[in-house]
Amino acid sequence: MAAATAVSLEQIDWENPEQIGLWQDAWQRFRRNPIAVAGLIFVCLLLLDALVAPLLVSLHLIADPLKQNAANSYAGFSLQHPFGTDYLGRDLLSRVMFGARISLTIGLTVQVIYLLIGGTIGLTAGYSGGRVDNLLMRFVDIWYAFPDLLFLLVVVSIFQPSLFVIFGAIGIIGWVDLARLIRGQVLSLKEKEFVEGARAAGSGPTKIILRHLLPNTLGPIIVSLTFGIPRAIFLEATLSYLGVGIPPPTPSWGIMIQDGNQAIFAYPHQVLVPALALAITMLSFSFIGDGLRDAIDPRMRR
Amino acid sequence: MAVAQGAPRRGALVSFKIPRGRAASLSLYVARRILWLIPVLFFVITITFVLMHFAPGSPWDREGKQLSAAVIRNLNAKYGLNEPFLAQYVRYLVNVAHFDFGLSFQYEDQPVSSLILKSWPPTAVIGLLAFVMIVIFGIGIGVVAALRQNTWVDYAVVGFSTIGASTPAFVLGIILIIIFSVTLYRITGGNFSLPTGGFALDQHLILPVVTLATLPIAFIARLTRASTLEVLRQDYIRTAWAKGLRERLVVTKHVLKNSLIPVVSALGPTFAVLITGSVIVESVFAIPGIGRAFVVAVGSRDYPMILATTILFSVVVALANLVVDLLYTVIDPRVRLG
Amino acid sequence: MAAPLLRVEDLRTQFFTSRGIVHAVDGISFNVARGETVGIVGESGSGKTMTAFSILRLVPDPGRIVSGRIMFKDQDVVQMNDDDVREFRGNDVAMIFQDPMTSLNPVTRVGTQIDEAMTAHERFSKKEAEGRVVPLLQKVRIPEAAQRAKDYPHQFSGGMRQRAMIAMGLSNEPELLIADEPTTALDVTVQAQIIQLLKQLNREVGAAIILITHNMALVASLCQRIIVMYAGRIVEEGPVEQIFDSPQHPYTWSLLRSVPRVDVARIERLVSIKGLPPDLVRLPPGCKFHPRCRFKVEKCEREEPPLEQVAPDQMARCWVMMRNVPQEQREETKAGEVSHQAATELKQAGSG
Repeated sequence: MAAATAVSLEQIDWENPEQIGLWQDAWQRFRRNPIAVAGLIFVCLLLLDALVAPLLVSLHLIADPLKQNAANSYAGFSLQHPFGTDYLGRDLLSRVMFGARISLTIGLTVQVIYLLIGGTIGLTAGYSGGRVDNLLMRFVDIWYAFPDLLFLLVVVSIFQPSLFVIFGAIGIIGWVDLARLIRGQVLSLKEKEFVEGARAAGSGPTKIILRHLLPNTLGPIIVSLTFGIPRAIFLEATLSYLGVGIPPPTPSWGIMIQDGNQAIFAYPHQVLVPALALAITMLSFSFIGDGLRDAIDPRMRR
Repeated sequence: MAVAQGAPRRGALVSFKIPRGRAASLSLYVARRILWLIPVLFFVITITFVLMHFAPGSPWDREGKQLSAAVIRNLNAKYGLNEPFLAQYVRYLVNVAHFDFGLSFQYEDQPVSSLILKSWPPTAVIGLLAFVMIVIFGIGIGVVAALRQNTWVDYAVVGFSTIGASTPAFVLGIILIIIFSVTLYRITGGNFSLPTGGFALDQHLILPVVTLATLPIAFIARLTRASTLEVLRQDYIRTAWAKGLRERLVVTKHVLKNSLIPVVSALGPTFAVLITGSVIVESVFAIPGIGRAFVVAVGSRDYPMILATTILFSVVVALANLVVDLLYTVIDPRVRLG
Repeated sequence: MAAPLLRVEDLRTQFFTSRGIVHAVDGISFNVARGETVGIVGESGSGKTMTAFSILRLVPDPGRIVSGRIMFKDQDVVQMNDDDVREFRGNDVAMIFQDPMTSLNPVTRVGTQIDEAMTAHERFSKKEAEGRVVPLLQKVRIPEAAQRAKDYPHQFSGGMRQRAMIAMGLSNEPELLIADEPTTALDVTVQAQIIQLLKQLNREVGAAIILITHNMALVASLCQRIIVMYAGRIVEEGPVEQIFDSPQHPYTWSLLRSVPRVDVARIERLVSIKGLPPDLVRLPPGCKFHPRCRFKVEKCEREEPPLEQVAPDQMARCWVMMRNVPQEQREETKAGEVSHQAATELKQAGSG
């Protein structure tokens, strides 16, 4: 009979691994990044604006963005029109605020399409491997080779531009990065030895896998989606600027920039206001994306 | 009798003994890549053609005043739109092989190829200038930032590349116009300002080139900086110092030779970015190049023109990627040409 | 007696981090004679690698040599200006590193990298340097040297890469070669070959060698003298046979007992050293080894012992000294510690 058997392993609690703290840990790190937080604050304000704008109009706190008043065109800053009016006499401030609704709607919704298409293709390619994987990746490569804006323009030339068409077109073009990413994640998951080990060990391996693997794979996917938002916003704004985007009179920042271009020498603020709104929105999402990336990947050190 | 190196063995059906030496495998790789261009182009042409052919509505729909039925019939006959789809498709492919891209819908009787020939010089000039700037400045500031990490130079570069990479080109272009055209005009009492548009080989080039180059410079700078920082941490750099090499030698032959490899790789997709960018920049600055011609064609549904420019863009992008990939195999000896 | 080639005097190298000051090298003094082979032994964090880096002035940020002298012949390396240091590196003293996979530039041919080591200094003309590359590769026993010189590092095996590094190190005929864990990243059989090679080169070329390692067996094969380091200090030094025969410091003694030995007559139990390496920012008071030492006395916790001579040529830093420890105390294992032997016995008893 063994005397003092020295070795005693700590009881490992398989049901509640510490990995759950991964998200709290990432959030802590994100919080400490002032630029990312600034971006987040701005985006929240933007969201608030997008949700609340129609309410404000009905409460007569801001003007109706569609109401034209030719007599009052190109007005300067005033209490009634804090940003002035455009060439048709429409209030600039409310148009900018409503423009956020378009941008955010497209930016966020398109990610769903990315996830659906990119996710399906990526998962299929990753799981199947072999010929199917090869074929799909060749397809992805060809798709990737063509610049997205140009293809978008081609699509838009064929179908009448409307919100739906633009949604669809942007979605169909941009899923490639996500597909590649998801495929890569699936492939690396297949390789992991502890998947084998967990399978061999039995008892609740799926739970462990889900608890451990999922947080690590979700991270880059979320980052990719976050970066996809400013890209989608940019594409829509560019189309509108070129005149083949959202049809007027819906206020999109792109259209507003184009409209303001006509009188840029006399009234530069017409162009500056929507341009800055667009730039700052895209920047904010990029900052959030950067911050998320740094927060989730512990190896990144400044 | 000894069998010559590379000759098929007697009796073997088809046996290609890969000749020794990287040069030989390199040429095989090149040949394979060039051949791969064909299915890609085919795919692009087919998809675009199909989409155009099955698009809802007819290319003759006009806002407001509709054309008469007789006119439409004539137009359809003239452009061969009455033929079955397959016939049109095959005819188009044959024509393309002869560089005949058909007649423009918009400017009737004008062959598309002449339209393209007329409008590509401004695009090429601005694009090339921008590319040179990207290579010089993008790589340059990236390297400097990495070598002087955590100094004000580094912070400036990182700040610039973050903002530059996230600002859309047309926003930047417009802001530059406001600063350098509008404000400068006001400040100097109408004496000096940069032109807001038009193409000429003088200061008209400044704003468009800067606008076009900024976003890629930001990307390349960021990539170069990250890659150089990564290489600086490697053991073989320590070995180089331990050998007593001079700083310049360490930086060029050891640091840069390694850190620029992914950067060269990234220059291929940069071409695609330049093409996209030129579409935008030409619209902002009213430059009569292919980009703007493309946008106009899209607006007026000039399908032959759209088709032709799409093919042109694909070829340029594919060629650029090919050149870059080939360059990559030359500069990185670890790459297998398999 | 000839003047020593290398004289390190009270060297201190520290790292200034956000956590505090890391005392990597804390007052080291030792000499290396011409053609001598010395082994510096210790665990990770003992300061042995930083000592080597200090000699070549390669200490990375945020580290700095804070005080002390490193006399190479009659020059103080610590005080040298940048140009002199550059001339000194790879020329008078050369260093080879632990992982040959990552220590060679992957995109440059091996021959070029060796040639470059020579052309960086004025010793050989361009033509002479070029001509020396293949013979150098042959000297380190690389087959088909002429062909191999044109290859890239990824085409070499691990052992061959390390040989190439040795060739690179010896290319300027340095008087001192520092080898930092040269075999740790290699297979066991290849390890032996590399050590043999170093031994031959020491005889043929006459370069002194400092071998830095945690592996006592390698030291036994190659070195004449051994220096044992712990927590940035020397805790014992002396001729190899003497130290192996009668180590005086408990740490040295434990190191020797943790490796199975075929040369010792009586069968001893393998012993593990309990505890973890010290935190170099917050070192314990007194003797730095005392938290892990099983032979300590009360004084060890208060006062740090000085390095004392315990035999001709042998120095140790200990209040107790192993020769004063009775045999029974040496064999005893406290409850809670498991030795390999004991564990095996227990298992057998349990299943029997």
